[in-house]
Amino acid sequence: MKEKSPLNLYKHLPQTNCGKCGLQTCMAFAAALIDRSKRVEECTPLAEEKKYAKKYETLKSIVAPEIRLVYVGTGDKELKVGGEDVMYRHQMTFFNKPPFAYDVTDTMEEAALVERVKKISTWKKFYIGKWERVEMIAVRSTSGDPAKFAACVKKVMETTDYPMILCSFDPKVLRAGLEVAAKTRPLVYAANKENWQEVAKLVHEFNVPVVLSVPFDLDGLKSMAVTFEQMGIHDLVLDFGTAPNGKKLQESLHNLLKLRRAALEEGQKDIAYPTIALPINAWFTTKDPVRAAYWESILTATFVIRGASIMIKHCIEPHCVMPDMHLRYNIYTDPRRPVQVKPGIYKVGNPTEESPVFVTTNFALTYYTVESDVASNNIDAYIMSINTDGIGVQASVAGGQLNPQKIVDAFKEADFDLTKMKYPSIVLPGMAAKFSGELEDLFGGKVKILVGPEDSGRIVDWMKSYWPPK
Amino acid sequence: MAEEKKIKLSDLNKTLAEYGVEAIEGVSIEGDIEIEIDTGAAGIGPLFAYYFGQEVAQIAVQLVKFARSMGYPVDALLQPAAVAHAISPAPAAVVEAAAKVPEWKVATSLVQAKFQVGIDDTWKYPIQEVTLGATKADGGSRGHTIKIGGEKALPFFYDAPMPHRPVVTMDVFDMPIGMAKAVKMHYEDVINDPGEWAKKAVKKFGADLVTIHLISTDPLLKDTPPREAAKTVEEVLQAVDVPICIGGSGNPDKDPEVLKAAAEVAQGERALIASANLNMDWEKIGKACVDNGHVCLAWTQLEINSQKELNRKLMKVAGVPRESIVMDPTTAALAYGLDFAYTNMERIRLGALKGDEELTFPMSSGTTNAWGVREAWMVRSPNKEDSDWGDRMLRGPIWEIITGFSLAMAGVDLFMMMHPMAVAYLQEITQTLMGLIDAQTPDITNWVKMEV
Ligand code: B12
Ligand code: SF4
Repeated sequence: MKEKSPLNLYKHLPQTNCGKCGLQTCMAFAAALIDRSKRVEECTPLAEEKKYAKKYETLKSIVAPEIRLVYVGTGDKELKVGGEDVMYRHQMTFFNKPPFAYDVTDTMEEAALVERVKKISTWKKFYIGKWERVEMIAVRSTSGDPAKFAACVKKVMETTDYPMILCSFDPKVLRAGLEVAAKTRPLVYAANKENWQEVAKLVHEFNVPVVLSVPFDLDGLKSMAVTFEQMGIHDLVLDFGTAPNGKKLQESLHNLLKLRRAALEEGQKDIAYPTIALPINAWFTTKDPVRAAYWESILTATFVIRGASIMIKHCIEPHCVMPDMHLRYNIYTDPRRPVQVKPGIYKVGNPTEESPVFVTTNFALTYYTVESDVASNNIDAYIMSINTDGIGVQASVAGGQLNPQKIVDAFKEADFDLTKMKYPSIVLPGMAAKFSGELEDLFGGKVKILVGPEDSGRIVDWMKSYWPPK
Repeated sequence: MAEEKKIKLSDLNKTLAEYGVEAIEGVSIEGDIEIEIDTGAAGIGPLFAYYFGQEVAQIAVQLVKFARSMGYPVDALLQPAAVAHAISPAPAAVVEAAAKVPEWKVATSLVQAKFQVGIDDTWKYPIQEVTLGATKADGGSRGHTIKIGGEKALPFFYDAPMPHRPVVTMDVFDMPIGMAKAVKMHYEDVINDPGEWAKKAVKKFGADLVTIHLISTDPLLKDTPPREAAKTVEEVLQAVDVPICIGGSGNPDKDPEVLKAAAEVAQGERALIASANLNMDWEKIGKACVDNGHVCLAWTQLEINSQKELNRKLMKVAGVPRESIVMDPTTAALAYGLDFAYTNMERIRLGALKGDEELTFPMSSGTTNAWGVREAWMVRSPNKEDSDWGDRMLRGPIWEIITGFSLAMAGVDLFMMMHPMAVAYLQEITQTLMGLIDAQTPDITNWVKMEV
């Protein structure tokens, strides 16, 4: 959406201030449309009443993202691909993190296939209060045999409900895959300059999104996109070509930048589609698995940072998935919202009066790190999250948001009487050790101040020596 | 290209009758309404008519049937997309008509389109170029100098080539310190000898520069006096002939004295003095740089306005010339604040290119911070339900690589790093994206059938 003024959206709203969208006024709703915290459909009168039909259509087209939003997969596994509005994340935020699709092939032994699909679809890591995962399976037809491909796709579907990318340039192979999987709305990879008519027929028949692959030729890519659009096929993803090394890699990045600038800064609608990058191509360059894995992560970072919308990858080892997942998370974090939790007392497990009370801050990264370190080690405890305006322990001790008086007040406010505990005490983060004496004085000596380790990952070991306190 | 045909509704019943099409029941047409069918605008069709009311919609349905039987290219207007775009449920008849239509045809040839895009014309101001190191001719003793900065665009963008490649300065400490296992194994033999350490970094690991960190001066560590610490600087200058950086201990009270003494022994070498900071006597450090011919590193913590303030003060109050300032806006590592660091630097660089003169300086990153992240060094996850974290010896280096490389994309010119493999990869990718590495690129057209 190019529109920056709520007034210009307000014109197209019912202007009744009925409140059904959850906001008090239509003007507030218009502002929420601008920052994309609300969707047009949430104004139910506009969406449902016939007299607003025209306004509704107009508004929808105004607020549509600059880069087309393409849906892949169905149900709770549906993924959003593209749908971006800005070139740089500080201009608003990047919205839809690029799904990572890990490859399998139709020449894999069944047992190996099932094992790999399971490994991909069960991979998870706890981060800032949530489980982070990867999202997709890319099925590559290395056999070129339609029957083998169909069988492989079927096996994948029996093993996981993760959405798929069906990869082949042979329309017969793609058809075989689509006959098995079309209802799960896979992404078809790909139409190219040779097969585009056949593939167009297929994606039209099965109503699925498709990748247009014209590597290193933006004129050709645009020609293809315009042709598909004219045939009424709108759910397109552009493969601009991912070279894994050399000068061609520079060209790949330049082409991605050009496509994004054309779409986001110049409003060129006929090329404003999501893009696909293929970090998997790193595996062409070397036989050394560590080098290939590192290089794949580097390619992933290149294209995540500059906004490619979906990626096909190979390495599912922790030393690739962990950095890639975190980088994507960091780049797609909304810079407009500080990541905080509500201050106050939290229970982990089933704490009793014999349990420890840990003190930390309300910075979400800090709080959830501590909580998961405590919870996953089956420690029953209370955690007091102090309002430091969403600043972590180390920074808020340095900046003064975490201080003894605040801690004392926080317990008072929460009505949590530490002296009623069996071991009247609190555990401070190691990084806050410097004010433990002052804090003890403020509690009038009635509460013992224990200094925990610097990293909350070491609380378990710490407890072995220091809990319960003597 | 749009070709328009007009059909007058008043003629419709008559025409329908002529062609034996049954008249439309219960609809009387008043007036002389014209329906325009624009064959160029796909997607309006009868659903468009629906907005005008039920009756007209029904007429439209008849019209479509009729028009099709007359060979009118109506199908092109009735793609399923039109149905998808329908806002509320359209009358059944309309939906049905549209649904029945898809006698969809594949295009016979590719449209020939040209792709064009401009450059960012708001980027008008180049980043200041800064020279590190001085050779004999310039009053120093370095074998060569290194230039950083000078960019006219964001890194690796096509708008303008980068004049200088990003460079790496490897950390050397003046006393043994705690390091992650994956790092330590590379330095065990030199950990007590800064000169040898520096040599190893340059000769074996390809460091462009080395940084000697005088951490033993910290009152809580060895409290080494400034004069004595400065001797280590001389040692390093003798051991290697690359340009050097000189760091303090991070103690804001002592660093100004330490760095002043170090600047004096290294007089004329154009070393990077790390660093001046708002919480300390930055003026003393800035002046020490000016008096002894060094470059000053201006360090702030993830805040663009503090960075402007410090740069301004160094220039206006301490008299540091523009060509002798490098900024360190703080590096928060991957997964632990990289989002802040990345965006802070990208905004600084964009601001500079658009002409904010308080920000047009090259940037430096303390990439070694990556080793503080638990994912980089812990043996296994403290969270028992996490998927296996694998081998930490492999996790650490990639953590340093991705932390550094992400910030290279945001505009960093100089990286302070530790792990030899991380240094090599960072140099390789940044130079590749500048087009400097002429590797044999494999044919990727059939990657689908790749053997891995
Ligand atoms: C991101 C960051 C910021 C961000 C903060 C964002 C935020 N929402 O917190 C911003 C830009 C705002 C910032 C500002 C400042 N920062 Co800052 N910042 C960092 C940085 C890069 C990462 C901090 C972080 O998020 N760590 C991750 C979280 C999870 O760590 P944590 O909260 O400490 O939690 C861990 C432990 O404390 C422990 N723990 C937590 N709770 C508990 C509870 C118990 C019971 C136990 C046992 C353990 C435990 O386990 C956690 C996991 O390891 C660090 C440098 C670094 N370390 O990489 C500097 C750093 C923390 N900042 C620092 C400073 C000095 C500042 C400023 C004062 C700078 C200035 N002069 O303006 C300001 C203060 C601002 C303020 N307080 O208002 C210094 C602190 C030095 C010191 N030791 O005193 C650091 C170390 C940088 C440095 N080397 O100088 N900073
Ligand atoms: S639901 Fe629609 S009409 Fe009602 S207040 Fe919200 S925006 Fe206005």
